[in-house]
Amino acid sequence: MKLLKTLGLSLLASALAMGAASAQEKTIKIATEGAYAPWNFTGAGGKLEGFEIDLANDLCVRMKVKCEIVSQDWDGIIPALNAKKYDAIMAGMNITPKRLEAINFSRPYATGSHGWGVLKDSPLAKLAGQGKRINLEKDADAAKAMIEEWKPLLKGKTVGTQSSTVNGAFLEKYLKDTITIREYKTTEQHDLDLAAGRIDAIFAAHSSLKASTEKPEFKDMQIVGGAVDGDVLGRGVAVGLRKDDAELKGMFDKAIQAAIDDGTVKKLTEKWFKIDMAPQT
Amino acid sequence: MDFAFMQEAFLRLISGVPLTLNLAFTSIAFGAIFAMLLALMRMSNLKVFDWPAQAYVFVFRGTPLLVQIFLIYYGLGQFRPTLDALGLWGFFREPYWCAVLALTMNTAAYGSEIIRGGLQSVPHHQVEAARACGMSGFLLFRRITFPIAVRQALPAYGSEVILMVKATSLASVITMMEVTGLAAKMISQTFRAIEVFIVAGAIYLVLNFLITRIIMAIEWWLSPHLRRPPAIEPRLEAAHV
Repeated sequence: MKLLKTLGLSLLASALAMGAASAQEKTIKIATEGAYAPWNFTGAGGKLEGFEIDLANDLCVRMKVKCEIVSQDWDGIIPALNAKKYDAIMAGMNITPKRLEAINFSRPYATGSHGWGVLKDSPLAKLAGQGKRINLEKDADAAKAMIEEWKPLLKGKTVGTQSSTVNGAFLEKYLKDTITIREYKTTEQHDLDLAAGRIDAIFAAHSSLKASTEKPEFKDMQIVGGAVDGDVLGRGVAVGLRKDDAELKGMFDKAIQAAIDDGTVKKLTEKWFKIDMAPQT
Repeated sequence: MDFAFMQEAFLRLISGVPLTLNLAFTSIAFGAIFAMLLALMRMSNLKVFDWPAQAYVFVFRGTPLLVQIFLIYYGLGQFRPTLDALGLWGFFREPYWCAVLALTMNTAAYGSEIIRGGLQSVPHHQVEAARACGMSGFLLFRRITFPIAVRQALPAYGSEVILMVKATSLASVITMMEVTGLAAKMISQTFRAIEVFIVAGAIYLVLNFLITRIIMAIEWWLSPHLRRPPAIEPRLEAAHV
């Protein structure tokens, strides 16, 4: 009897100990696209790599949680978050009002601008605003003037963009009547079609355009015209979270703030994008 | 379930139906001709025709349609200078023609086997009877072999038509905005996958329901010998004689 009691107690104790251990080592599942270099991509060995993979690992250490990073197709990434297939999205996703209707966001961990990619011999290489970066809300007049300058050159052209992105939203809002929009599942697909000459230009995030132009197969591609941000292009790239997951938002906000403050975000953006894309606080 | 939203989704997705049907029927039309040719090649008893046809069917039935679409669209897109030189770029530039080509090649492979099965199932004695009546060559094929083969092959070919209607959904990966493409776009704007996909599924179901009815009607029309003969009015007074 005594033996049984001891056995029972020790079992109980070990069960409790295991429970305590798992509470400490909470696992968070983070989804990324795995096809958006240099933010996140699948490397030669089939492993996920990129700025967001490095940052996620850093944030998880700060939050004292175990992280599992999974890849998920971009066009289903928000519905699957709400279906609880994972707990967070880190996939170069900008905060936009439209997305805020469906999910919540942490504070931004990076900012970037958006613009045009064309082939070197294209007539669109003369698009106005080269070297300028204009915010669609703060410099609304300047932005409007630049877009008006683009229109004659863009008239009737076919422009590729990744579907369900801020880039598509920008084209729909500002240039819908000027151009034909063609939507692609991934940025690599529109790069391929630009190189093949099926489309006249692509509109994408500069970080992604720059990464493409550095690849030998897209060496004829160049970034042209002015850069834009703000409004439908979002308020920076952040972690996507379920609306009812306030606790996780708190954890991410704190960890991101700490990573910005100690220069980790700056260091990582410089490593992957060759420029500082840390948000200004 | 939000019915107002589903109604909105229905109205938006229905605008993709013409393209879905266009892709399906254009490729079925070209594919059927090509399938007939392949079936005849396979039954020619000549190795120069039989072997290429066999190889073709093997390759196109053995690889996924999605892979074929990607290879034709993105794969050939990288050989633009060659295609330009051959004067084919105008064709391969357009995602529509790339989708039609992939679907046609695919359905031709499946269709050829269905037609071959139909041709081989034509009873030998019927062919003999036709020969006894003095028919031969193309006349025999046109009057006897082909109609009987079509009758035999039609149920299986009907399934192929339905599979093609569903296969057009893959064209959305090369920027074609048919029903599935529009559904994916709408989900990306509303993040409501369940409602939109239910509506998209229902649209395909209705399309395929109509197609099965049409095929059943053709089957009925082609097989009068299987129908019950019209009932003869029983003559009651005769029973008492």
